[in-house]
Amino acid sequence: MPRSSPHNPQLNAKGELQHLLSIEGLPRAILTQILDTAESFAGVTEREVKKVPLLRGKSVFNLFFEASTRTRTTFEIAAKRLSADVINLNVAVSSQSKGESLLDTVANLSAMQADLFVVRHASSGAPYLIARHVKPHEHVINAGDGRHAHPTQGLLDLYTIRHYKKDFTKLTVAIVGDVLHSRVARSLVHGLTTLGVPEVRVIGPQTLMPAGVESLGVRVFHDMRAGLKDCDVVVMLRLQNERMNGPLLPSAAEFFRNYGLTTEKLALARADAIVMHPGPMNRGVEIDSPVADGPRSVILPQVTFGIAVRMAVMSIVAGN
Amino acid sequence: MTKLPDAEELLPRLAAELKARVTPATAMIGLHTGGAWLAERLHPLLGLKEPLGLMDIAFYRDDYAKEGLKHDPKRTRIPFEVEGREILLVDDVLYTGRTVRAAMNELFDYGRPKSISLVVLADRGGRQLPIAAQHCGVQVDVPEGMRLRLKRAANGRLALELERAA
Repeated sequence: MPRSSPHNPQLNAKGELQHLLSIEGLPRAILTQILDTAESFAGVTEREVKKVPLLRGKSVFNLFFEASTRTRTTFEIAAKRLSADVINLNVAVSSQSKGESLLDTVANLSAMQADLFVVRHASSGAPYLIARHVKPHEHVINAGDGRHAHPTQGLLDLYTIRHYKKDFTKLTVAIVGDVLHSRVARSLVHGLTTLGVPEVRVIGPQTLMPAGVESLGVRVFHDMRAGLKDCDVVVMLRLQNERMNGPLLPSAAEFFRNYGLTTEKLALARADAIVMHPGPMNRGVEIDSPVADGPRSVILPQVTFGIAVRMAVMSIVAGN
Repeated sequence: MTKLPDAEELLPRLAAELKARVTPATAMIGLHTGGAWLAERLHPLLGLKEPLGLMDIAFYRDDYAKEGLKHDPKRTRIPFEVEGREILLVDDVLYTGRTVRAAMNELFDYGRPKSISLVVLADRGGRQLPIAAQHCGVQVDVPEGMRLRLKRAANGRLALELERAA
């Protein structure tokens, strides 16, 4: 669905970012603009007064049709640091359960003078549907739709990589685990290739690899040890609990043996490689505690950077 | 077109004027981008104890609703406590006064300074807010539809230039 539109539905007539729906299709200049702006906001989040007046008087509606504490919280913090008013709607347990349609929910919130919708939905494409129906001054940010995209997570991953590694054009980045179900992986791959990373690898069992993943411009490895060799960045993906004992995997213990990141496996990557994880982590399933808590882990800085990145995205789209 | 004053000649005079009023509590902040260039030149001439602060007011502008966010906001870096300081706020050209208002708003999010004095290389008039410079290199008449800007050459030389307003 997203690709059926004749132009990129995220951009306005001037080519500026009006909604953030996916990293896919965004030009390098816009990705760089977001990362640079986030860098300036990182300064704000280190001050005593962690607030700027940019979105004063604007209303941000967090529309979460699917539960997520962390993403919702970081969007809420970001909006508050921009001085916006934030309204959190846990739609999963309100209107939808009474049978209201997605667009009716949005039309009602729009009548309450919304400026920005942050949308998380279990169905891929739901934020696109909303973006097509909002008024010109309203903006939509995708906070995760189905298996499709999670662009702000992808952007904060890119920000983290740039923060520690500076230059994208010399890097080897490995994304490890359940690539099939991961919207994070998809968003990150698009971002990395757009920013000129010469080698992106995906590592995981055949059963958790989307068909035709090579067409995204990545190298596929089923042997984690081979895949980690000489990597600068290792991004671990969360193995969702409901899949651990499903038909795609024998067991969590088996998965950990083959694809869990341990100190011993990490030693195959470059000595200065960083380890990332979008959270929440399953210790002992995809990542071992000594790695998660070790000196190469940048998992907690990722969370901090995520606030600055979301401030950047909100202030860019709301201004266009 | 009338000849514009030479920024390099104005600079030492402005520095001498500032030097006379420096106290142990004085600290300097330059506004990106032109004001930062000017401040980088003035700062070493004054022998200030504190390192130079640099500020980008992009997140405090009053025209965000109309113009959106500036494309490449720089990170504001103030490497000293603002509380109780006598701040020299440095910009290249004083015009409507809106940049200075935004800068004062941002500054107060870092602390409560003892005082703020405005230092500019050129004042082109046209104020829209009750703001005045305490230290000003020169007054310049600017034709309508034109913009006065500070430029920095590759060798570091500063020069005032007129360009057509966007």
